[in-house]
Amino acid sequence: MSGITTTGSVGIVRPQRLNVDAPLALDCGKTLPRYELVYETYGELNADASNALLVCHALSGDHHAAGLHTESDSKPGWWDNCIGPGKPIDTNRFFVVCPNNLGGCAGSTGPTSNNPDTGHQYGPDFPIVTVRDWVQSQRYLGKSLGIRQWAAVVGGSLGAMQALQWSIDYPEALRHAVIIAAAPRLSAQNIAFNEIARQAILNDPDFHAGRYAEKGTIPRQGLAMARMLGHITYLSDEAMRAKFGRDLREGKLNFNYDVEFEVESYLRYQGRAFVERFDANTYLLMTKALDYFDPAAEFNDDLAAALRRTLCRFLVISFTNDWRFSPARSREIVQAMIQADRPVSYAELSGEVGHDDFLLTQPEYVATLRDYFDCIARECGT
Amino acid sequence: MRADLDIIADWIEPESRVLDLGCGDGSLMAHLARERQVHGYGLEIDLQNIRACIRSGVNVIQTNLDKGLGDFDDNSFDYVIMTEALQVMRRPDLLVEDMLRIGRRCLVTFPNFGHWRCRVGLGFRGRMPVSRTLPDAWYDTPNIHLCTVADFESFCAARQIQVLQRSVVDQNNRSPSSIRLLPNLFGEIALYKLCRKS
Repeated sequence: MSGITTTGSVGIVRPQRLNVDAPLALDCGKTLPRYELVYETYGELNADASNALLVCHALSGDHHAAGLHTESDSKPGWWDNCIGPGKPIDTNRFFVVCPNNLGGCAGSTGPTSNNPDTGHQYGPDFPIVTVRDWVQSQRYLGKSLGIRQWAAVVGGSLGAMQALQWSIDYPEALRHAVIIAAAPRLSAQNIAFNEIARQAILNDPDFHAGRYAEKGTIPRQGLAMARMLGHITYLSDEAMRAKFGRDLREGKLNFNYDVEFEVESYLRYQGRAFVERFDANTYLLMTKALDYFDPAAEFNDDLAAALRRTLCRFLVISFTNDWRFSPARSREIVQAMIQADRPVSYAELSGEVGHDDFLLTQPEYVATLRDYFDCIARECGT
Repeated sequence: MRADLDIIADWIEPESRVLDLGCGDGSLMAHLARERQVHGYGLEIDLQNIRACIRSGVNVIQTNLDKGLGDFDDNSFDYVIMTEALQVMRRPDLLVEDMLRIGRRCLVTFPNFGHWRCRVGLGFRGRMPVSRTLPDAWYDTPNIHLCTVADFESFCAARQIQVLQRSVVDQNNRSPSSIRLLPNLFGEIALYKLCRKS
């Protein structure tokens, strides 16, 4: 499933950079005078630039979607399962672009970048960006690569929300939107989980109002706690039961608060590992982008009205045991598309683990993606 | 190609908005798009069929028809079609009512259980009928709500459903004089165009 396969891999990839020397007006009212986007590409752009595909990443993702950075990497990019020669997103046929979103911590301008006004890290001063802001910056990236219309914009979870926003904000700039494990906006319960994650970070004594870098600290506890909480929502009850049950690490109860159950060990490991690669200010900002996402808001809360302006075809996929963004949430999107008389197909697949199934290789999922992308590729003549 | 597709195409106004319940591999929707320039969606539960629809560019929505069509607005389609699926539904009566709520017109087809072979099977041999249109044994058949032409028409009359058009045919989609004379005895497949009585 994960792990490195040489067949079907895009191989060694090098991230690229785009310096944008034009101001970006953000939803929050502030303007980024200039910014940088780091991104990766796989495959070749064809002569009429019709085979370009934009992959949008989710909450904790980045631009490294496929392949390896060095021969010795232990893990490939986050969607290597799906992107590569002969894979559903076939890099022999598509030119795939995956940027790191603004506000991220993997190279694009964000809280860990230097603020040109102060010469110090932005930290908590980096403006809160929205899905619409991301889409606007991705549009600029596409144009700079000579892509006026994407064959498809694709994403899972928060990535899917970007694909949906693309279809509404730039109807003529994409022919397909592939929306996997998404919701049209967060529920109160979704926001509640995000709020607890943020509180964990904000109340960590090492957070220092977001200026932890200047203090030489990292809010480890808070960020790890936020990630642990996230992981609970990424897996279904059944999946956790199957994976951990009530197994005890030492085979007996110790009557203390150390790690006893396997599931505790798993969560602590996930939390620790996350702290090594992710920035707390970015995590705060990304959860806000999720909370704020609501494309229907500008249309009197009528998603169908928002979708009526779209011109692309849609594929919507959900997973039966995803309780973070359940199939009912995807059906809300589909229902609005039907009300708006938009071309859409919808598949509700039996997953293996829950929300995180969008990153895995359930055979029906892979086959469905393969069928759809094969049609798109044929339209491109590739 | 399925023979009933042409009859159905004849009954559909060009450029209509169509919903096809139990659309299978999407061949009816593809046929209607080609011949009648319709647009719309197929509803299907089986993933292999859904994938076939996706491959042929037919819009398909994964749906369990037994859970009703609550996601669809009143009068939002010109036609709601259901071919050869009525008899596998848990509550065909509720589904037909739902179809009439969503569509201005409805097209329904089903195998006629009043056909003489069915009658011979049950009446003389004392066995549940197995035929070309109904090939499964009693224990594994998906057909749990079979009806005859006469049953369906009395259902329509009782529910204020208007029959706009009817065609009763054999397996090859022909209606010889025997069927025209005694459709409930000689017809194998019944096709109806319905609307709500105003």
